[in-house]
Amino acid sequence: MEQYLEEQYDIMDVCLLAGKIMLESGAETYRVEDTMMRIAKNYGIKESHSYVTPTGIMFSIETEEPTKTKLIRISDRTTDLKKVMLVNSTSRRIANGELDVPQAYRILKRIYKDDETYALMTRIAAAAVSSGCFLMMFQGSWADFIPAMIIGGLGFASVVYVHDLVLIKFFSEFMAALVIGLLAAGAVMTGLGQELDKIIIGSVMPLVPGLLITNAVRDLIAGHFISGLSKGAEAFLTAFAIGSGIAVVVTLL
Amino acid sequence: MDILINIVTSFIAAAGFGIIFNAPREALWKCGLVGMLGWMAYFLLTFQGIGEVPATVAAAFMIAVISQVFSRVYKAPIIIYIVSGIIPLVPGGTAYNAMRSFVTNDYNMALSFAAKAFMVSGSIAMGIVLSEVISQIMKQSRLKRIG
Repeated sequence: MEQYLEEQYDIMDVCLLAGKIMLESGAETYRVEDTMMRIAKNYGIKESHSYVTPTGIMFSIETEEPTKTKLIRISDRTTDLKKVMLVNSTSRRIANGELDVPQAYRILKRIYKDDETYALMTRIAAAAVSSGCFLMMFQGSWADFIPAMIIGGLGFASVVYVHDLVLIKFFSEFMAALVIGLLAAGAVMTGLGQELDKIIIGSVMPLVPGLLITNAVRDLIAGHFISGLSKGAEAFLTAFAIGSGIAVVVTLL
Repeated sequence: MDILINIVTSFIAAAGFGIIFNAPREALWKCGLVGMLGWMAYFLLTFQGIGEVPATVAAAFMIAVISQVFSRVYKAPIIIYIVSGIIPLVPGGTAYNAMRSFVTNDYNMALSFAAKAFMVSGSIAMGIVLSEVISQIMKQSRLKRIG
């Protein structure tokens, strides 16, 4: 009997799991709502309502039975565009009628559990190379390319490392900016680098909250004011953390 | 030569951001392409002496349009392409200058840099809104033609 109950997946669980994965991976609010409602509709639920904020999802479906409502809390948000895409394509397959409810639930569960990201070293290397490239885009000189690369990579590594130690996003970004500022100042003092400003700007770019800004704008346009404003606040906080980290170094000089 | 350097570096930088944001492997070159085209639009416009704000609007518009096309063609969420494209336009340098002026007590410069950073972020938003509006108008007119 218990076995049976465990196997009994619900349309509601499928919708909420899909929404949870998307929201935790950095999808726009309206996409999360749209996906959940679409899945519900494709499984024959005529009316469903959702209320999505960056920190929680409320979802209710109306059937012949009394209305069912569930609330789930979202506490951890990262950026994982691959998961957004996988859930999106799963939702498309549901729309095509390829998946029944248990199948869809199993697929989503697998997406949720899978942590198929690029290796940490690859991401650090990507951040390093991007930093160097940004330096060139901002009219830096080739002499600063290697310092910016190394400092940008170390900055990104320290944001990941500090975030593992203390789960306060503000602090890890602040520390990373501090590391970048100190290293850049050190590089310029020892003569390895030339333009302090350009090196700092290039190396800081991997920390810039680009996704949050874009999402905030797109949410605001779509009329999701609470999500848009809170994402905007999060982006502002990140920018502030980076700025104050750099500011400490500039004041010390 | 300058243009060539910018083409190459903006492609690599945008693709690198694809990796940081864990975009799917097959989407990485598209991220790079969107970023490159957007940055080239911005770079060439500012090179012609057009102000930063209109250049940013134009570049952001272009990024959003290309991302929309990609998301239709490859059936993937638009956000995958738009994010890596937008990053180079984010006024990191101006914001940094504002911050530095604030901590060195040069409030006049700080405020003018901050205002500029704010304007540029606003114009990124403007560019995205414009493309969204146009795509919605096109969608509606197509519906009317069929109906």
